[in-house]
Amino acid sequence: MTTLTLATGHLQGRRLPRAAAPATALVAAALAVLLGQISPVSGVAGTTCVAVVLFFAGYTALSFAVEGSRHAIDRLASTLIYASFLAALVPLVWILSTVLVRGGRVLSAGFLGHSMRGIGADATGGGVYHALVGTIEQVLLATVIAVPIGVLTAIYLVEYGRHSKLSKAIGFFVDVMTGVPSIIAGLFVYSAFIVSLGFQRTGLAGALALSILMIPVVVRSTEEMLKIVPSELREAAYALGVPKWRTILRVVIPTAIGGITTGVMLAIARISGETAPLLLTTFLSQSINFNPTSGPQASIPTFVWDQIGSATHPALDRAWAGALVLILFVAVLYTTARLIAWVTGGARR
Amino acid sequence: MTKLGAGVPDSIQGSVVRRGDLVFRRLAKGAGLAVLVVLAAIAGFLVWRSVPGLRANTANFLTSTAWFPDQSPSRFGIAAIAFGTVVTAALALLIAVPIGFGVALFIAFYAPPKLATALGFIVDLLAAVPSIIFGLWGLQVLMPHLGGLQRWLNDHLGFIPIFHNSLGIYTKSLFVAAVVLGVMVLPTVSAISREIFLKVPHSNVEAALALGATRWETMRMAVLPFSRPGMISAAMLGLGRALGETIAVALILSALNVVNWHVTEPGGNTFAANIALGWNEAGPIGLSALIASGLVLFVLTLVVNVVARSIIWRRAEFHEGL
Repeated sequence: MTTLTLATGHLQGRRLPRAAAPATALVAAALAVLLGQISPVSGVAGTTCVAVVLFFAGYTALSFAVEGSRHAIDRLASTLIYASFLAALVPLVWILSTVLVRGGRVLSAGFLGHSMRGIGADATGGGVYHALVGTIEQVLLATVIAVPIGVLTAIYLVEYGRHSKLSKAIGFFVDVMTGVPSIIAGLFVYSAFIVSLGFQRTGLAGALALSILMIPVVVRSTEEMLKIVPSELREAAYALGVPKWRTILRVVIPTAIGGITTGVMLAIARISGETAPLLLTTFLSQSINFNPTSGPQASIPTFVWDQIGSATHPALDRAWAGALVLILFVAVLYTTARLIAWVTGGARR
Repeated sequence: MTKLGAGVPDSIQGSVVRRGDLVFRRLAKGAGLAVLVVLAAIAGFLVWRSVPGLRANTANFLTSTAWFPDQSPSRFGIAAIAFGTVVTAALALLIAVPIGFGVALFIAFYAPPKLATALGFIVDLLAAVPSIIFGLWGLQVLMPHLGGLQRWLNDHLGFIPIFHNSLGIYTKSLFVAAVVLGVMVLPTVSAISREIFLKVPHSNVEAALALGATRWETMRMAVLPFSRPGMISAAMLGLGRALGETIAVALILSALNVVNWHVTEPGGNTFAANIALGWNEAGPIGLSALIASGLVLFVLTLVVNVVARSIIWRRAEFHEGL
């Protein structure tokens, strides 16, 4: 045993033992706590920062002394890369847990079943029902507008326009469109639909703005799915004399339908949290309105915005509860999308 | 088509173009064109509807920091909001780009392969959190926690002008908005650079490792040079997102249009936040002025996105050609 380690030791050069990292971390943490007693940097956040810096410095120095500069740099880089992943998790966990805890305190059947009609900012009670109705209707309308356009565009890009200049241009600008800020979609619908054509601010106007944000997402995901349909399937259909359009509708789309549905659900999840376009195109409303084509209509994001604006304790409680409802709404869509992907993917295999 | 059926009489071949095909093809092409039309219409309507405001404006639209479009005489300019937009986006990128690349490297090369997809999915979840929730969290939870950090920056790094804070108030500052923006942009940067890293040829990575390079040396010599254009465009797409983000920023900032280099002091505004905060109080000229500022934001994000996407597209065509 000893001879073996000696032999590899000679081949590899000296390496740090595995326990070096946790040991350095412990020492760094202990030092940070001690330093917290005497230095101006204190508190949980401050102590953690000091501990992290001490760990980076100590671990790299240790590695430099034992293993040399190349391995010291390698260890520093690895630690930084691991740390950046952990750093990315912090806000996610922090946000989700805060929403769960603070929203969970207020969320109840009554909150889901009542509107804000006649509830002042200082009063407790009231609920999100009117906003839930609005969000479901607006998102459905946006889906009805965006899915046909998005899917047909993807069909054009993959089945008809391959390598043509026009399809390259469309594909490129679809990508560019994904980067258009959501508030611009709201401004566009306001200046075109409401100012120029004279329509009112309604749920439908909001849905139009949402559909502009949804189209590029649907195009991209559908395109990816159509691309992975094997061309043997198409060729087999052509060989049987099936027209191209029937091949697309009867062979290509059914093969890809699972993936397309997943993409659409993810697109819905993305737009259902949008606030900015709705602020410009639907009025804030406190009452239930089932008709998206007339009058102001609430939605969950604008409900949360409105409650934050009121800034009283009961209103902020309602804002957190509304945020929880929104997160649950998005989570259900996400899970359904993954389930569809999993079920249809499994069936094909 | 003509070559295949060259010797065949017309009666057997039948007509090549069927009506169903023609209709369906046109439908699909029409939908594709609709996307281009929408993009052009956005520009067209924003230009058209910003004219009344720009006509009424008595101040310089580009250099004025005032925003009083509904007063008479009407005075407004984008200097302050352009400043706030650029500063918050730049600070956000300073936070998001290094961490985003780190996360992408972790998922592509450092994480156990079996877990990599799941871990990537977890980071992507951050992109699914609606911006209103980022705003609520930023305002109610993060802002009080950042007070200490900003005070520390003032006490110890206050000699650097941007960290100096003479008011002793650390809420509703561009700095807080930038931190929240950084968190929001992070998944964009990490998701796109991850895609780029996964395209690095395995043979390059394995060759570096076989020559005895450490993992970091492999990254530096085989992975990063290959991915540089993609990483630049990932950062630019993050920039585009940071420039246009509305609600989270609007909740954190107050509508105070000033140019202030002390980023930890309250005040400052961005294009998008200015629109969201001013919308309900604006009169006809005010709305037109907001649309004009929205047009500038649209052009800004369009340029950033077009440059970023053309880098990616050129790379993609290059790889298809290989």
